[in-house]
Amino acid sequence: MSAAAPLLELDGVVKHFPVRDALGRRRGAVRAVDGVSLAVAEGSVLAIVGESGCGKSTLGRLALRLIEPDAGAVRFAGEDLGALSPRALRARRRDMQLIFQDPFASLDPHMTVEDAVAEPLRLHRIVPRARERERVAELLRRVGLRPEHARRWPHEFSGGQRQRIAIARALASGPRLVVGDEPVSALDVSVQAQVINLLQDLIRDLGLTFVLISHDLAVVRHIADRVAVMYLGRIVEEGPAEAVFAAPRHPYTRALLAAVPGQGRAGAPPIEGDVPSPIAPPPGCRFHTRCPFAETLCREAEPELAGGIVHRAACHLQDRLPPAAAPAEADPGGERLRRLQSFFRAGPPQQAPAAATAEAHQEPSGASA
Amino acid sequence: MSAPPALEVRGLAAEFLTDRGPLRAVDGVSFAVAPGRTLAIVGESGCGKSVTALAIMGLLPPHVRVSGSIRLAGREIATLPPEERRRLRGAEMAMVFQEPMTSLNPAFTAGEQVAEALRLHQGLSRREAFARAVEMLAHVRIPDAARRARQYPHQLSGGMRQRVMIAMALACRPRLLLADEPTTALDVTVQAQILALIDELKRETGTAVVLITHDLGVVADHADEVVVMYAGRIAERAPAAALFALPQHPYTVGLLGAAPRLGRAAGGRLASIEGAVPDMARPPPGCRFAPRCPFRIARCAEEAPPLAEVAPGHASACWRAPLESVLEAAA
Ligand SMILES: Nc1ncnc2c1ncn2[C@@H]1O[C@H](COP(=O)(O)OP(=O)(O)O)[C@@H](O)[C@H]1O
Ligand SMILES: Nc1ncnc2c1ncn2[C@@H]1O[C@H](COP(=O)(O)OP(=O)(O)O)[C@@H](O)[C@H]1O
Ligand code: SF4
Ligand code: SF4
Ligand SMILES: [Mg+2]
Ligand SMILES: [Mg+2]
Repeated sequence: MSAAAPLLELDGVVKHFPVRDALGRRRGAVRAVDGVSLAVAEGSVLAIVGESGCGKSTLGRLALRLIEPDAGAVRFAGEDLGALSPRALRARRRDMQLIFQDPFASLDPHMTVEDAVAEPLRLHRIVPRARERERVAELLRRVGLRPEHARRWPHEFSGGQRQRIAIARALASGPRLVVGDEPVSALDVSVQAQVINLLQDLIRDLGLTFVLISHDLAVVRHIADRVAVMYLGRIVEEGPAEAVFAAPRHPYTRALLAAVPGQGRAGAPPIEGDVPSPIAPPPGCRFHTRCPFAETLCREAEPELAGGIVHRAACHLQDRLPPAAAPAEADPGGERLRRLQSFFRAGPPQQAPAAATAEAHQEPSGASA
Repeated sequence: MSAPPALEVRGLAAEFLTDRGPLRAVDGVSFAVAPGRTLAIVGESGCGKSVTALAIMGLLPPHVRVSGSIRLAGREIATLPPEERRRLRGAEMAMVFQEPMTSLNPAFTAGEQVAEALRLHQGLSRREAFARAVEMLAHVRIPDAARRARQYPHQLSGGMRQRVMIAMALACRPRLLLADEPTTALDVTVQAQILALIDELKRETGTAVVLITHDLGVVADHADEVVVMYAGRIAERAPAAALFALPQHPYTVGLLGAAPRLGRAAGGRLASIEGAVPDMARPPPGCRFAPRCPFRIARCAEEAPPLAEVAPGHASACWRAPLESVLEAAA
């Protein structure tokens, strides 16, 4: 990663959601994002990971200024988004797009694929009306769909295909920054692999800056340059993906990694308990109620992100923890399996026996997932 | 003769009548699970995993035509009248689902629901059953079980609700537990807790477990035996270690390549399986995986390959198995 200037910067960003009782009286607040500072270099992929309820989606929406922070600043290409007029912010939106987890919910069922993909083109006047159809066809091809699909309806497509349509729509305005909020979490493994491959191609070919929100650490390992680990509204560790995965510094990161199945660690006792309520996070280190290393200090003082510029963690004990177990390289299939899998990378043979089903992935079918 | 398997399924089939004609969601599935062992069923969605489990439980609606043999500890249950099947559920076999909210009654507390399961099968008094339910909730590691027992499902976290389901399922120490994606909706941390709990209870009670999952990592950590299903049929059946070391069906090879892995270096392309699971109302002729298979030959689209042993206890339904032949041909 070069030392490119950050395209996106968050500076002490806070978002609390008021909690009201049955009578509408305010009863505290959900501290969804509670003082987050992050920088994302142009052309890089930053992943935000953590258990559900830790504030990842809220952070993603703040980064795109889809919601306003209670405190702190969000800068895009050096410009404070909070200082923009509503009109200037609207114009900026073409540079910043969101892909959701659920392509079923994110596409309007009453819009054809063409209209869904063309809408951002019209909104931001990207191409003259006469060239619109051509541009939509180009975008559909780019995401692995066929131009003929433009006139169909979202319900005619499978989940993977709908996610491709949602990606085409997000790319239509030519954004520099894309936030993907669990963009492949709802997809079956083979379709998920197809969409991950597509996202990687797009990030590389279009030079996109990508913020990947995901609870799936294997997916993150596969595509992220940097990783930020969130717990109860705070970043607890942030650094290059390599370093965070090989030598996690924060006990929470270690617990998350250890819980990923398939590493032959099923015998090890998993981390206990659920995430505490973000309405009243534990005092001191927010992780102390579940941390196997917690000491008195941890219950009293909240640790700051520290330990370097490149790789930081918010843990009082980060220099004293025992070395972390690196993710086990379980590879029982070995060379034989790799050779067999190389045939899948090459794709199915072209002399398709049953043409109708051989291209099932391109054929809209409401039946498949 | 040694003791019979806790569950033995032979030639199981389930056919739905749809407005587009008959749909054979499960088509000739056979496997066995010994007491205290875990058999995993894997495959993409729509491959027939849930229908297989529901057929074993006897929970499919009456219009679904189920055929084949289902033996519970050696006793044929497929032919039992519905009333007797119903009595087996809870007492001898139990099931937990992905979304516990759909099987928990929102109007009753966690403790009442576990107590009800106990009362039904063990004839305990209300008080005894509730006290026992609190013990069960503590046993499945619900913190502060006496208080949680008095809470309603919506007051519990997803992980705790799944623990309540497991407590209910295991209340009567069934011979067989069917767990259909029990952790898919949960965080990995909570998933690890729940799967460790199922393993522990299994060791304690000798219950046989059928674990349905789409996560091969979960299979690697928790299964003894694996059935890989594709489009209603078994593609491969093997001891877990053999499946990962020497997969012998192209679909298994594809599944193993498609999932990103923690231990694998970043960057490279995933070996995705192109295409999607076929529409089960109109499955492709011959081998159902043929349209997506990079190894297919002319015969594949014409004749369905039988599930045949390639090594003791290891079977593959592929004309080209063992796949060593493919590698030799390519070399
Ligand atoms: N619009 C909202 N109103 C009230 N609470 C919210 C709202 N959005 C999110 N929250 C709460 O904020 C916390 C963080 O949520 P979220 O950002 O969705 O986390 P994640 O994406 O990590 O699961 C959760 O407790 C959630 O319930
Ligand atoms: N109630 C139903 N009516 C018609 N078809 C069904 C019904 N339930 C399931 N199916 C079909 O049965 C097949 C297998 O489904 P299922 O067992 O749920 O798959 P899995 O659990 O592997 O995702 C699918 O093709 C699905 O469309
Ligand atoms: S500060 Fe203390 S409680 Fe927090 S993560 Fe570090 S060791 Fe654990
Ligand atoms: S029988 Fe043919 S099409 Fe089917 S899995 Fe084997 S090689 Fe592929
Ligand atoms: Mg979220
Ligand atoms: Mg299912």
